[in-house]
Amino acid sequence: MTYQPGAVVRVRNTDPDHHTRMPRYVRGHTGEVVAVLGSWVLPDDNARGVAQPRVEACYAVRFAAADLWGSGTHTVTVDLWESYLDQP
Amino acid sequence: MTSPEDHHEERREDHADASVAVRARRLEERLIAAGQATEAELDAYLSQLYGNAAPVNGARMAARAWTDPAYRQLLLADGNAAAAELGFTGLSYQLRVVANRADRHNVIVCTLCSCYPVSLLGPSPGWYKSFAYRSRTVREPRAVLAEFGLSLPPDTEIAVWDSTSEARYMVLPARPDGTGELAEDDLAALVTRNGLIGTALV
Repeated sequence: MTYQPGAVVRVRNTDPDHHTRMPRYVRGHTGEVVAVLGSWVLPDDNARGVAQPRVEACYAVRFAAADLWGSGTHTVTVDLWESYLDQP
Repeated sequence: MTSPEDHHEERREDHADASVAVRARRLEERLIAAGQATEAELDAYLSQLYGNAAPVNGARMAARAWTDPAYRQLLLADGNAAAAELGFTGLSYQLRVVANRADRHNVIVCTLCSCYPVSLLGPSPGWYKSFAYRSRTVREPRAVLAEFGLSLPPDTEIAVWDSTSEARYMVLPARPDGTGELAEDDLAALVTRNGLIGTALV
């Protein structure tokens, strides 16, 4: 576990050619960790039948609508596995 | 007796217009034919998934949280432990409960598919799985909620929770005014499924 609540993180701006749980609308965007959820098997590995799928921390990351969409006052919180994230 | 031509015709049949139930049954038949599952296994799975799944479960948890501050604290800190206290054990997901406040309204969505705490809310409504709800709720929640008949004051912050992981979200609605005299069971009867999703107030 790398991040604590309050940490600022950026979602990797990648376009994997396999299953992922990293929604396209948050890729490349910066948000704040609001909760550490636990450690779970990485769906990207699991869906491809990787023999030893990675187990990673998963975080609830909150984004401002204005950052995601250019407008809006709401927030959107998305659960993201560790390898989806970078330090900005 | 089925001729090869008949069989061919059957395979070419387009199921796109068939009802969901018919299409689901076709899929079950294929799984059984392929030896991937038996009828009994499918029945047992569906019975386990839906047998006791109903929004009255989530409603009971909300009503308990309204009347018992310690339970409310537990519910917001450890949803699974709080669920277990009311007998809802063995959830197949991590339950995260987010509480509405005077200045913040919560609403849940699953943009990638249709993740939902089925055992506590019952089978999800069709609209929860629709492309419109899934795409618009993260983009313009205020407009979506207004279409549900929920017009929030402009200064109420809206927090959208997109269920992309193994966690499932449930909203703890605010206790309605004027219910101070009601017993827990009567309070639970006020809590609706949409209230627990966040597309309605209670």
